[in-house]
Amino acid sequence: MVTPARYWREIPQRYRLEAGKCTRCGKTYFPPRLVCACGAREFEIVRLKDEGTLQTFTVIRVAPSQFVDEAPYAIGIVELNDGVRLTAQVVDCDVEHLEIGQKVKVEFRRIQTVGEAGILCYGYKCVPV
Amino acid sequence: MRDVAVIGIGMTKWGELWDKALRDIFVETALLAIDDAGVDHIDSMYVGCMTSALFVGQEHLASQLADYLGMGPIPAARVESACASGGLAVKQGFLEVAAGFSDIVLVSGVEKMTDVGGDQATYALSTAADQEYEGFHGVTFPGLYAMMARAHMHTYGTTREQLAHVAVKNHRHGALNPLAQYPFEVTVEGVLSSVMVADPLRILDCSPITDGAAAVILCPLDMAKTLTDKPVVKITGVGHATDTIALHSRDDVTTLNATAKAGEAAYQMAGKKPEDIDLAEVHDCFTIAEICVIEALGFIEKGKGGTAAESGLTALGGKIPVNASGGLKAKGHPVGATGVAQVVEIVKQLRGEADKRQVEGARVGLTQNMGGSGGSTLVHILEVQ
Ligand SMILES: [Zn+2]
Repeated sequence: MVTPARYWREIPQRYRLEAGKCTRCGKTYFPPRLVCACGAREFEIVRLKDEGTLQTFTVIRVAPSQFVDEAPYAIGIVELNDGVRLTAQVVDCDVEHLEIGQKVKVEFRRIQTVGEAGILCYGYKCVPV
Repeated sequence: MRDVAVIGIGMTKWGELWDKALRDIFVETALLAIDDAGVDHIDSMYVGCMTSALFVGQEHLASQLADYLGMGPIPAARVESACASGGLAVKQGFLEVAAGFSDIVLVSGVEKMTDVGGDQATYALSTAADQEYEGFHGVTFPGLYAMMARAHMHTYGTTREQLAHVAVKNHRHGALNPLAQYPFEVTVEGVLSSVMVADPLRILDCSPITDGAAAVILCPLDMAKTLTDKPVVKITGVGHATDTIALHSRDDVTTLNATAKAGEAAYQMAGKKPEDIDLAEVHDCFTIAEICVIEALGFIEKGKGGTAAESGLTALGGKIPVNASGGLKAKGHPVGATGVAQVVEIVKQLRGEADKRQVEGARVGLTQNMGGSGGSTLVHILEVQ
């Protein structure tokens, strides 16, 4: 369920891939957190690499209502080149011939449309390179 | 800490129960457990329910259910841990009896999932995943488990047919369970030709949408012997652990860390090893889930889980029968009820009351109930005295 405040809060992550890097141990969290597994609470904001590798994926054939028009679509877990992993759709490709290990680039795309007013929500999707 | 026994069990036929309200399903089942235990009152109750708000628009559930059971003003609490809500209720009831805070505690799980349409049910279930970083991008629950399945197949060579064998086995067991939602057999060919939901998982790899409840009565072990003539079943191990709810945050998506940790804790508390377990009821919400769970619980080597159903290891008559009840796959999966129903099945088996699906000579049983894509897990070990 997307609401305006909720959507707005996540914009730094969805538009710019902003993550939190622990200033003590260097571990990077996406989205940023307030405390690191090492116990430290100081982070610097960093932007994630926009290229990575597909770790696993599926093709959604039975989609949630707001994605029905796009089905079938591929979605996967991507490990970016700085080691951070995220879930994103894989688009502009033949979903029947995707494979684990596919190199991808992260791009800024429309993700879904919500509500009767049809508010457009943007974020990241991956494209094979 | 006092020893805790299960002295009563209750479960009714699961399915699409359009003519019954959530409260009716709960009360029918709770009364069966109360009558089975032969008690005339309960001191307290816990209800496991994932989301009565999204499925029937009702919160403040525990008070309503205590009232309709005719047990008000006893203390009553609802607990939630997604699909592991029932298992969590069992743990909370155990703690209350063990601590000496109450003597006779009703633990139930309930979910009424068919009052809403498929879209709303899918949404309700999806709230167990990370809404901002998984759900926002269009991933579904079958999709999350499908990604585990693809990774398991890629890393360990698990085959599509091996996944199907889990469904075939659990339906074969479920066909022997008159309370199961789908008490019929399926074939490997049937699974492999069913509708694709999220590659590589098909509809017959998935547990269904179900209305249902289950209930047990707990009391101190000492008291159990004075209350019932039936074989007394003791809860000897309790394990509970968590993991990231976002699948992508885990180092290895094929390893269920919370299940491994909860299993270790329960084994240690009970003084048992995986090879001491006579049968297990595990959380096969999808076929791949059972494969990853039996690996995490140590029933089979990591990576070999795919071979278990096909070889007969986990079938009735095998070395470690898994999901003799039919599992979530055939018995049904009213999410909050599942963890309690697993305990009901193990108690039936340990009492020797499981009829055609009886595991002969069963003395030690294990239940494993998990939430979401594995972000929470409860493991219980039960032994007949
Ligand atoms: Zn750190």
